[in-house]
Amino acid sequence: MDLLNAFITLANFVIIPAIAYGSQLALGALGVTLIYGILRFSNFAHGDTMAFGTMVTILITWLFQAWGISLGVLPTALLALPFGIAGCAAFVLLTDRAVYRFYRTQKAKPVILVIVSMGVMFIMNGVVRFIIGPDDHNFSDGERFIISARTFRELTGLQEGLAIRTSTGITVITAVVVVALLFWFLNKTRTGKSMRAYSDNEDLALLSGINPERVVLVTWVIVAALATVAGTLYGLDKSFKAFTYFQLLLPIFASAIVGGLGSPVGAIAGGFVIAFSEVTITYAWKKVIVYVLPDGMGPDGLVQLLSTDYKFAVSFIILLVVLLFRPTGLFKGKSV
Amino acid sequence: MSNSNPYQDDRGNKDRSITNPGGQGTAEVRRKSGPVTAAPDTPFLIGESMTGGYGKGPDILHDCTIAVDRGEIAVIVGPNGAGKSTAMKAVFGMLDVRSGRVLLDGEDITTLTPQDRVIKGMGFVPQTHNIFTSMTVEENLEMGAFIRTDDFRDTMAQVYDLFPILKEKRRQPAGELSGGQRQQVAVGRALMTRPKVLMLDEPTAGVSPIVMDELFDRIIEVARTGIPILMVEQNARQALEIADKGYVLVQGRNAFTDTGKALMADPEVRRSFLGG
Repeated sequence: MDLLNAFITLANFVIIPAIAYGSQLALGALGVTLIYGILRFSNFAHGDTMAFGTMVTILITWLFQAWGISLGVLPTALLALPFGIAGCAAFVLLTDRAVYRFYRTQKAKPVILVIVSMGVMFIMNGVVRFIIGPDDHNFSDGERFIISARTFRELTGLQEGLAIRTSTGITVITAVVVVALLFWFLNKTRTGKSMRAYSDNEDLALLSGINPERVVLVTWVIVAALATVAGTLYGLDKSFKAFTYFQLLLPIFASAIVGGLGSPVGAIAGGFVIAFSEVTITYAWKKVIVYVLPDGMGPDGLVQLLSTDYKFAVSFIILLVVLLFRPTGLFKGKSV
Repeated sequence: MSNSNPYQDDRGNKDRSITNPGGQGTAEVRRKSGPVTAAPDTPFLIGESMTGGYGKGPDILHDCTIAVDRGEIAVIVGPNGAGKSTAMKAVFGMLDVRSGRVLLDGEDITTLTPQDRVIKGMGFVPQTHNIFTSMTVEENLEMGAFIRTDDFRDTMAQVYDLFPILKEKRRQPAGELSGGQRQQVAVGRALMTRPKVLMLDEPTAGVSPIVMDELFDRIIEVARTGIPILMVEQNARQALEIADKGYVLVQGRNAFTDTGKALMADPEVRRSFLGG
């Protein structure tokens, strides 16, 4: 029995990856929940918005790498991120101008906007694949590990190693900063409050002199920023592939709904719930169990509840259970 | 509401896990206001011989005139469906006035959008959905002052003086307050722009008689600060008691117009609208 090694194994393969993945999902879900709260529809194009922002970031990263600009130990993508956000915001605002605004002036029902966003999703998906191609791209550079497994073993003399990758560290720090900024903005600034007022009661917001078009514009810019940050962090952590980002839509929606649609706190909590469920259920527990149980009593199989190929089933099941038994989510969102 | 716009037909879809219908606006966002022209020597606020209705629908108002002068309380009463609220919305620019005009403080504002009328100094409290329920009382007041770029803390202090309960509950979400307190938030929000005229659409709808009396007292207090008030009321008797001017509307037309006291004394008005 070796609880310390068991815990290190658990941390290395479950806790740390799940925290990183959870942060990425939380950032994605925040974007979805903001659109739901303020523009009143579920934006199916969110995954592809992330892909578009990440694509711009990658292209700029390549440009910087060609020019020999780098951030040393940190990935060059961080330097390219502001450009990615700007590019994504411009594209999203163009979409709004060309597509969504028409439906807004028609006072279209939200369900129509949901379907419209699906159309936007297909177009965005196509644009991204057309520009960068359907293949996998790895754009992470700089130092790979903050602590590598070997260094950790040498440092502690333990049998198991604990690796913390640079991308994981960056993901968590960036997520904390971005979330703090977002909450400050929504709760303390005049523009942020006017967005909440518009979300609460459009007509009264209009009578109070709040310009609806401005609220919509600011919302799209924030959502583009969140999507690009989430997408770039995910791409640094794993890799970039347009189709993977489209698939991310399911866990992101699951996160937003589990937390309670329209509730930013809920989006964050939901992101971590989904990430931890997904990682724990698809992890092969054999190693941890061998450490925990007395010698010789370890299981023969891998003790993996679900193959990683089925990881989306986890989001699906959580989504179903939440919609059946607690449709407003953990943090009393707006869906009933 | 019958609607021919296919974009506004959700075909019965009520799935809130993908759509968020709460708080969606119905007010048409008109793009631009028309010009404002001078119109001297008229009452402070007057909707003069207004005829019109909602959108492309039939006329609801017929040659209807509503006015309020400085330092006055004017009350619009009448049976259900008489067009009381519609008359007020017409004054506020929320429906098309096909003929007639609206004048405020010596200016013709007939072609202004409601938002621009707020900037011109009209404060409007709708009958329902008149507060931001998810925001705190203080944030509601701040949103009321959104168009102001100067320091509005003194106005907020005045509102708190007028409605002491709001100061007590200023950190609480407005949606958690009682009906009477919500109405106070709604009136307070409208007062934050320091309006030149305050328009209240049935401020006492759905509150208990005791709360109603208190609200009327507060409204008189607001009027004493020098803000003229135009008000639509269901409780005709009580409203006319505090009114300097009363308008009885029937089917979108002016039936009787006089001082509040005179209307109360008029046998015909008593018989038909005040229950004897």
